[in-house]
Amino acid sequence: MEFSDEQLERYSRHIILKDVGYEGQQRIASGSVLIIGAGGLGAPAALYLAAAGVGKIGIIDGDVVDTSNLQRQVIHFTQDVNKPKVQSAKEKIEQINPDVEVVTFRKIVLADNIMDIIKDYDFILDGTDNFPAKFLINDACFFAKKAYSHGGILRFNGQTMTYTPGNTCYRCIFNSPPPKNLVPTCSQAGVLGAVAGILGTIQAAEVLKYLIGKGQLLTNKLLTFDALNMQFRNVAVSKNRNCPLCGQQPSIRTLMNYEQPVCDIKQNNISSGDKVC
Amino acid sequence: MKIKVNNKVQELTEERITISELLVKNDVEMPEMVSVQLNGEFVKKEKFEVTVLKDNDEVDFLYFMGGGSLI
Repeated sequence: MEFSDEQLERYSRHIILKDVGYEGQQRIASGSVLIIGAGGLGAPAALYLAAAGVGKIGIIDGDVVDTSNLQRQVIHFTQDVNKPKVQSAKEKIEQINPDVEVVTFRKIVLADNIMDIIKDYDFILDGTDNFPAKFLINDACFFAKKAYSHGGILRFNGQTMTYTPGNTCYRCIFNSPPPKNLVPTCSQAGVLGAVAGILGTIQAAEVLKYLIGKGQLLTNKLLTFDALNMQFRNVAVSKNRNCPLCGQQPSIRTLMNYEQPVCDIKQNNISSGDKVC
Repeated sequence: MKIKVNNKVQELTEERITISELLVKNDVEMPEMVSVQLNGEFVKKEKFEVTVLKDNDEVDFLYFMGGGSLI
């Protein structure tokens, strides 16, 4: 595709960057990203990916905006309370950058829908806050041979890793989901709003690097940080030969729905036809 | 004995210490939920109690972290 004068101006700070350039911006413009969860991580990621001119952004979320989201989910404004998050996010993305095609799914990812949704995207961004969804995304991206970014935040801490086929997966590190309600989520333990911004923005940068094909991704590395002391650590994580998904004797052959933390899910916010498993 | 835990050196007085004991010593919340790498290789949870550490071992404790959007 050729850029218009307005687009050349809009993306000029990318185009003059040595590792992006005109060609890199074209790759961004023809790229597609699926953001799973329009919350603390998905919100900043969506804003930056929209501004960067990613060609197609898919957003999946079954929830509506709640007043308690506004402290960190910066794509949603006060007037959006009670509006579906995917609609609120779509409106902001279109205001930031009308070049972006936005596709919305007002539902949650489940074993029986995720493969069909992710197949149309180059890169998947995990912005979910529960472990069943995180393991499902990992497994689905492994089976579909898709690149994705894992992100997790809690209190003042965050962690992120980028998966590309053949490299260390989330299950290499964490094997299987923790028992329900044993490991707290943000809604149970709190999170500093800016921590979500730091992490979601790192995830967005990984997406853009993946699309332009430059630099080193966070593959085989788990980046962890502690914002209270502002310490970052990049931990080398090797492929695990005992991984139940990608190890030498894998036991997982199909996708499965783990039990969701139903106490946290507002059933009435999930569109009909979807079930909580 | 010196052991590097999450990239910081710890000077240990114990003559013999297992991964399980090191987790307790570091006041790790819910040690059964922690993933452990020893010198760059993941250790199965059922081996935490029997894996004895040696001088200059490098150990990473990695924690579950959720966060993001409730979906």
